[in-house]
Amino acid sequence: MSSREEGLSGLVDLPSIGQLISLLERQGWRVIGPTVRDGAIVYERVESIDDLPRGWTEEQEAGRYRLKRRGDDALFGYNLGPQSWKKYLHPPEVRLLEARRENGLLKILKQSDPPPRYAFLGVRACELAAIAVQDRVLVGDRFADPIYEARRKNLFLIAVNCAQAAPTCFCTSMGTGPRARQGYDLAITEILEGERHEFLLEAGSEQGASVLGQLRARQAGPADSEIAEKMAEHAASQIHRRIETEGLHDLLYANWEHPRWDDAAGRCLSCGNCTMVCPTCFCTNVEDVSDVRGEHAERWRRWDSCYTLSFSYIHGGSVRRSVRSRYRQWLTHKLASWIDQFGTSGCVGCGRCITWCPVGIDLTAEVRAIRDTPTRAPKRRENRNGES
Amino acid sequence: MENLEKILSEHPFFEGIEKAYLDILAGCASNVRFEAGAYLGREGEDATSFFLIRKGKVALEIRTPQRPPLVILTLEDGDILGFSWLVPPHLWRFDMRAVEPVRALALDGRCLRRKCNENHDLGYELLKRFAYVVDNRLQATRLQLLDVYAAARS
Amino acid sequence: MAPAPHRILRVKRETHDTFTLTLEVPEEAGGEFAPGQFSMLYVFGVGELPISISGDPGVPGQLVYTVRAVGKATGSLVKLRAGDWVGVRGPFGSAWPVEAARGKDVLIVAGGIGLAPLRSVIYHVLNNRDAYGRLTILYGARSPKDLLYRVDFRSWSRQMDTHALTTVDHGDLRWRGRVGVVTTLFRYVRLVPERTIAMLCGPEIMMRYVCAEIEKNHQLPASQIHLTMERNMKCAAGFCGHCQFGPYFICKDGPVFSYERMKPLLGIYEL
Repeated sequence: MSSREEGLSGLVDLPSIGQLISLLERQGWRVIGPTVRDGAIVYERVESIDDLPRGWTEEQEAGRYRLKRRGDDALFGYNLGPQSWKKYLHPPEVRLLEARRENGLLKILKQSDPPPRYAFLGVRACELAAIAVQDRVLVGDRFADPIYEARRKNLFLIAVNCAQAAPTCFCTSMGTGPRARQGYDLAITEILEGERHEFLLEAGSEQGASVLGQLRARQAGPADSEIAEKMAEHAASQIHRRIETEGLHDLLYANWEHPRWDDAAGRCLSCGNCTMVCPTCFCTNVEDVSDVRGEHAERWRRWDSCYTLSFSYIHGGSVRRSVRSRYRQWLTHKLASWIDQFGTSGCVGCGRCITWCPVGIDLTAEVRAIRDTPTRAPKRRENRNGES
Repeated sequence: MENLEKILSEHPFFEGIEKAYLDILAGCASNVRFEAGAYLGREGEDATSFFLIRKGKVALEIRTPQRPPLVILTLEDGDILGFSWLVPPHLWRFDMRAVEPVRALALDGRCLRRKCNENHDLGYELLKRFAYVVDNRLQATRLQLLDVYAAARS
Repeated sequence: MAPAPHRILRVKRETHDTFTLTLEVPEEAGGEFAPGQFSMLYVFGVGELPISISGDPGVPGQLVYTVRAVGKATGSLVKLRAGDWVGVRGPFGSAWPVEAARGKDVLIVAGGIGLAPLRSVIYHVLNNRDAYGRLTILYGARSPKDLLYRVDFRSWSRQMDTHALTTVDHGDLRWRGRVGVVTTLFRYVRLVPERTIAMLCGPEIMMRYVCAEIEKNHQLPASQIHLTMERNMKCAAGFCGHCQFGPYFICKDGPVFSYERMKPLLGIYEL
């Protein structure tokens, strides 16, 4: 990709966003974007600008999410709903296998339906990071998951830069936002200043530049880029939640037996909400079904959660019987062992697990509690003390 | 006839023990033989001695009313058999059956207790060696208790 | 990754609850494996199971699995007969360090069904007898009726420079062999620490006891001890997340690990 194409940008008006949707649809993409449904902003198929959450935003806090009116016409004036894009790339439910038994023979049927070509409209910077994390887990390791790979390969990604932050956001701690820097085809910055309502579009790929070229965009100037940077700075300034990531891996590995795990377990309902809303959680279970005549069988894969007892079941019983051990597994996997496994943190700082926890458990607070009173100092620190 | 001191010194249980102690211990020792199927002792009988097995295999069994006897441990060449001589009421807790012909040294319990009372250094030396074996047997028994290969009850 | 249908050539009853299935490998499938690896076996409409390969790596064209019927899926697997079909994915996972063990003494310690994944190593060592030093096999089972591979075991104990010992946790009057847990067999073993590679498979508790025994009482460094870990497995490719053990995925980083890597984690309760 040439830097010229990456740097290509332009300004469009409100109706052009609708044109962008129909242009992508005409070219064979299925456009998925934010829309209001059941009291939340979710990611569903959008066919026109009317499907977008125009004028809506949300209130978020630990254990709390409410939609509310903004008082303007912003299309992207919210932060994050409960869903993430993994709903499409790593479907909650997918058939892995279809088999038939004919005259005693076992026939494995080909799974042929290719997935739709998705265009994601409104991907936040933290969500781009989450997609990159899942890329690493599901296609970047020794084996590639063909289901994810097929959906990911033909993706058109339209990022939206955040002009504001929710109280649950902490992308700045995880180094993932608030501004999208890479991994998109197009990035949108929505500019709302007095009467002005425009969208700065920046191409991040050849494919993005080509789509941008087909819209009636007017030339963007350095002042527009400056506005976009200012907005990102403003959003960043609203972020108050924080995780200190320095040495976090070693800290958690040194504190498997910290009393805070018991404390968290006393509040945690082991419901698994955090794993469902997390944009990087990837665990699945499988279920086998067959018809009554025993001729046709299917194997389905469904999202699973490390909070269930059955998750760690081996013959004789479950390995993680206590809520303490399951909460600890989730948190240490996300923030520590993920780094050993995939070279990155599993957390992108989106804060969904905080918002959607029914009892408002906040992982940033849990980490802070352990950091403030470690039962054992991380190994590295012990060594340093030993030398001095 | 083989020299009892030499036999004692060659048995792993007394590996590295002082010569002076061997002389004392030999005074309590005698050679014994058991045919396959014979009992070295039965549950409830007076535990008059302990055995250093030189050759052969002995099964420790517990009788139950509903089932055939359960074998809980086998002992063979180089093992020792019997702690009951040391601890009151000095009764055997198991049946001890020779699975194969057994050659052993029997050390008389009353004789040993007397000599240990007279010579506490000897008593301490002997107790250390017994404690090691007892601990090993206890650990093994705990592992056995876990029944690790059993199919889980569902 | 779809399972490839394989036909069952033979089903052999090993014990009251354990069976050995021999599958015919279709030409295009190859059937190569390294001792210690496992396959995912698919029973039509019932599910998939991770089962270690327990056959002779020197015999091509077939895959051998020993399965203990303890649940619904294993129960339906052992009900299959010669001529039936199962789906096979794999082989997956890490292997026993048979290359690193070349020129060295090999100590095999197996408990219960744990002898199955180690049988491939024993075959490999005996197939390449000159490449290895002394072979010691210590095998513990629950009771005499639970002993696997009796014919194999007798033949192993007659091999040159091979020491094969069996014990059971609970004996009966007909049993003339040893009674006592597998760690009690170490009384009869002399190891040369600097040239011994140990390979362990069995219940986790048993392996922890055995590791302590050979590391402390026989001075074998943890790096020369290898063991297999068991956790829930669904995908065998590191995607389903079930088999995580600290930083490891048992399915792709294991199931065979050095004790050196496992030691810090084995003490963490409910990890």
